[in-house]
Amino acid sequence: MKKLAMIMAIGIAAISLAAGTCFAEKIVVAGSTTVLPIAQKTAEVFMDENSGVDISVRGGGSSVGITALIDGNCDIADSSRPIKDVEIQKSASNGRDPVAHIVALDGIAVVVNKSNPVSRLSKKQVRDIYMGKISDWAQVGGKPGKIVVVSRDTASGTFEAFGELIMNKEKVLPSALMQASNQAVGQIIGQTPSGIGYVGLGFMSGELKAVEIDGVMPSKETVLSGKYPVSRPLFMYTNGKPQGVLKEYLDFIKSKKGQELVETQGYVGLK
Amino acid sequence: MNYKRIKEKIYKWIFTVLAFSSLFFLVGIMIVLFKEGTPIFKDVGFFKFLFGSKWYPTYEPPDFGILPLILGSIWVTAGAIIVCVPLGVGSALYLNELAGFRQRQFLKPIIELLASIPSVVYGFFGMVIVTPFLQKTFNLPTGLTALNASLILGLMATPTVCSIAEDALSYVPRSFREASFAVGANRWQTLTRVVIPAAGSGISTAIILGMSRAIGETMTVLMVAGGAGVIPKTFLDPVRPMTSAIAAEMGEAPMGGDHYHALFAIALILFLITFVFNIIAEIISRRFRIKLGLSG
Repeated sequence: MKKLAMIMAIGIAAISLAAGTCFAEKIVVAGSTTVLPIAQKTAEVFMDENSGVDISVRGGGSSVGITALIDGNCDIADSSRPIKDVEIQKSASNGRDPVAHIVALDGIAVVVNKSNPVSRLSKKQVRDIYMGKISDWAQVGGKPGKIVVVSRDTASGTFEAFGELIMNKEKVLPSALMQASNQAVGQIIGQTPSGIGYVGLGFMSGELKAVEIDGVMPSKETVLSGKYPVSRPLFMYTNGKPQGVLKEYLDFIKSKKGQELVETQGYVGLK
Repeated sequence: MNYKRIKEKIYKWIFTVLAFSSLFFLVGIMIVLFKEGTPIFKDVGFFKFLFGSKWYPTYEPPDFGILPLILGSIWVTAGAIIVCVPLGVGSALYLNELAGFRQRQFLKPIIELLASIPSVVYGFFGMVIVTPFLQKTFNLPTGLTALNASLILGLMATPTVCSIAEDALSYVPRSFREASFAVGANRWQTLTRVVIPAAGSGISTAIILGMSRAIGETMTVLMVAGGAGVIPKTFLDPVRPMTSAIAAEMGEAPMGGDHYHALFAIALILFLITFVFNIIAEIISRRFRIKLGLSG
């Protein structure tokens, strides 16, 4: 019987512990891996400043986040694309009402290996490369060699933005290497002298060289001024108008301090 | 009723539930796969889905043809078999037939240790070491190819193949070998004409389970296979196996949409393939046990 008493004691302790955390205000954030660093950083700082708030942040992808929001499994859905019609219908039938909040801007840099002499391309050249019409670097003023086209997966928000802004919805050639993350694209371009890819500005590294598009270099300034043609807003979705601590957190992200944190993560803050 | 008997009953009940829970989960998974996967067959058509050569799931209108993905899986699995059969069966033969007791004690755990390395580590190894190596050796534009995935998957499946093949070899009764030696056969003849045929179905089981392991592996192929959804022509082409398509796209496919159902349908097909593999392996190994006069 001693054992039983012990098990019961542990059980009671566990329950009271769980109950203790219930008193803290809890926010669950899930979704886009592109928005993830923003959510993580702002959540950390926000929790430091407001004890008693517990923010848990998860990735998963834009659709995972929005699905979780529709199902009531998260309070904020991170998304690197606007919500889709299918998802709006689904929300309506679940009695949910997703509201969009733009939290940052992101430039998508077209990148090549740092040893590649090509430093500028036109939007049309990039499109032709990704459609397979241009297949050799010599055709765009580089060293002769087959172009290795690297793209994000067709389902990713980054791909979607790229598809709209550069490809005009044309199909990417089927032999393109489709990669699951910005890091993977960066890794491949870093070790492939004849590669071309695209990554969010936050994922630029020393091994990569960003290319001027239509004569504009991707940077914070050119994205903010709208001169750089390949940029997009990043979203957080809430169910209905946010209230209470949820509102405080979103206001914090949009505040001057929050936007500074956004920039430390390599994204472009809203003005 | 005394306390002890009640206790025994409770334990029995608990373990029965635990044992049947696997069945419960299996059935649950199958139901979900069928429920979420079959709608796409209605929209696209089963054969068009299976044999379509274009995978453009997010365009308007989308193309849901998974032939390149199926072929990608088949190519890397076939390549993995070419790597893991000699390695796995060879090491099993060595361990069982030639190695002394101390060598065996030392080698077997090491081979089994290969199985405990997480797949992401294998993938990382493939990306950082094997990729540049292949790129240089074959003068390729990129080292992320079916060959790369085959090499790594082969290495990963080796411990599975080795340990099951080794078990099969050790089940061959001593008397078989002794009889062979008695009629004047040498070691090589005994091995190739008696031991291997006797353990043959066990070794086949090992190979089939190795195939299951290779075709279902996800993280590694996601990292090293290249991810291009084209029908591969050579082992030096990048491929996009089914598992990596599911892993890469599921997070971003809108729930309840065609793309979502298509990914579930791929999972369903993959599940059926490994299911068939496992059933074949089970049948062969059962026959084998009967053949050797062991309990079925």
